[in-house]
Amino acid sequence: MRRHADLDPAPGLSDPRFLDAGEAALVVQFGEIVDPAINDRVLALDAALRADPPAGTREFVPTYRSLMIHYDPLEIDRATLVATVRRAMEAAVEGRGQATIWTLPCCYDPALAEDLDEAAQLLKLTRDRAVALHHKATYRVYMCGFTPGQPYLGGVPEALKISRRPTPRPPHAAGAVLIGGGLCVVAPFVMPTGWYVIGRTPERLYAAERKDAFLIQAGDMLRFDPIDLTTFRDLEQRAASGEIVARKSAA
Amino acid sequence: MIAVTPEAILRVLSAGPGVTLQDAGRHGYLRFGVTAAGPMDRLAHAAANLAVGNPAGATALEVSVGGVEVTAQSAPLHVAVAGGEFSLSLDGRPLPPAMVLNLDEGAVLRIRAGGRGSWCYLAVAGRFAVPKVLGSHATHTRTGFGGVNGRAVVAGDRLGIEPSGSSAPSPGAIIAPWLDRPIDAVRVVLGPQQDYFADDQISAFLAGPWTVSAKGDRMACFLDGPQLTHARGYNIVSDGIAMGAIQVPGDGRPIVLMADRQSTGGYPKIATVIGPDLGRLAQARPGTTFRFEAVSIEQAVAARRDEAAELARGIVVEPLLRTDFSSEFLLGLNLIDGVVSVEPSG
Repeated sequence: MRRHADLDPAPGLSDPRFLDAGEAALVVQFGEIVDPAINDRVLALDAALRADPPAGTREFVPTYRSLMIHYDPLEIDRATLVATVRRAMEAAVEGRGQATIWTLPCCYDPALAEDLDEAAQLLKLTRDRAVALHHKATYRVYMCGFTPGQPYLGGVPEALKISRRPTPRPPHAAGAVLIGGGLCVVAPFVMPTGWYVIGRTPERLYAAERKDAFLIQAGDMLRFDPIDLTTFRDLEQRAASGEIVARKSAA
Repeated sequence: MIAVTPEAILRVLSAGPGVTLQDAGRHGYLRFGVTAAGPMDRLAHAAANLAVGNPAGATALEVSVGGVEVTAQSAPLHVAVAGGEFSLSLDGRPLPPAMVLNLDEGAVLRIRAGGRGSWCYLAVAGRFAVPKVLGSHATHTRTGFGGVNGRAVVAGDRLGIEPSGSSAPSPGAIIAPWLDRPIDAVRVVLGPQQDYFADDQISAFLAGPWTVSAKGDRMACFLDGPQLTHARGYNIVSDGIAMGAIQVPGDGRPIVLMADRQSTGGYPKIATVIGPDLGRLAQARPGTTFRFEAVSIEQAVAARRDEAAELARGIVVEPLLRTDFSSEFLLGLNLIDGVVSVEPSG
């Protein structure tokens, strides 16, 4: 896991910066912090460009605070791309329209939530209080990254904001729900981590054989529904057979 | 292992670590956190494919310094090897390092690390009959995507080859001096986070010199050299990562992110290696020393255009001379006279 800066309030919106990540990727940067208003602008530009992709562009990668545009500089030059992006920004509708809300089953049993007690102790909370704080919050999917289908969530309650471990811990299971760096992620792939495993979801955020291989995308909202170990085992089996066990609703 | 019944099989007799199937990459899913993967040396990968009449971005075997031994089963295969300067032999008899050849049933092509280079590509005329993941064969072992069940190739693998319908390529040595790219200076475009470093640190970065560390793999190239310091700390909020991004973590030791990099990350990126120099860097073995040279976007695009023009000229294949090899051996290769130029397709 990479480090994340603390969550600071937005200093006010300004024009984006156009930064180069080599000659084949342009970064449209709306800010340097984790902030919903900045992320809204990223997602609005992303939506506008995807609706009508300029010739020569290859992929758009929305992140917390910037949109990376991969392009072929032999098909579209930088100046033309920047001008096209500026026009798309003017036309882009601010905000995300009606966001999809996902309710993800999450088991906080210490058998699966390996680091829950350790994290609660560091945060000076009881286990039950930490769990309640976590599943009563509504999270925003700022971006997906690190591994396939992995959402980065903002909206972690202040009392649950914990910095990452000084040294990484051994790999966690697929479906681990982690907190660290003031954020929360759901990790679809087995990986070592510097964060804390406080729960596990039976849902598969990436499933190659499913029609929608990726369940969640940047801009979605997410809640956690606490389940016990028996329910987890049941849902895990159903998810393995291709069923989507998370619930989807509109805001 | 493979469902279809193709005409011929490329059978792997032995394989060192890190030998993987790679096409041009798994594109279109970075926004979901899916790494593109693809070849470490795009130019050599394309050259090997074009030499056997495949599209430039077709699936080929990326061979590491661990080497590989293969044979044809059920039917002969037309293959090409290009990239670095590996040591090739056919049934124990040495061959030039970049070749197009007919691999008869049971004949053993052995590829071993040679004088230079970290990666070479074994292209086979036709199509690899292995399942695609998200539209691509590119192997990304960390997430188990692509390749042979998401893993590197191992001894015993039987890779089905479906015929492509294009005419058989003529055997001979691949003449492509433009593939031989010494690594004295690696060109970079500064940024996207060069403002996280003071001017003297940018100068130190460009002055180097840098040495390729033994720690590297398909994900990253680690560099030993001057320790860089950050002007504004090293914790940035994650943003996108292009191939060739040079991130500087807290310890001040730059890491160049390569084909198997993550889609996003959170260390300041001082510069980005330009596309045409990625393959040169990838081919540099541990211990190789070089410097970075800052260029403008326009210069980087011009270099890209030159590279595309070189590939568009086609791959020149020259029959081996009888003086170099025994006539019996050359007859075994079914060599023909004359210089053949293979036009790129697709």
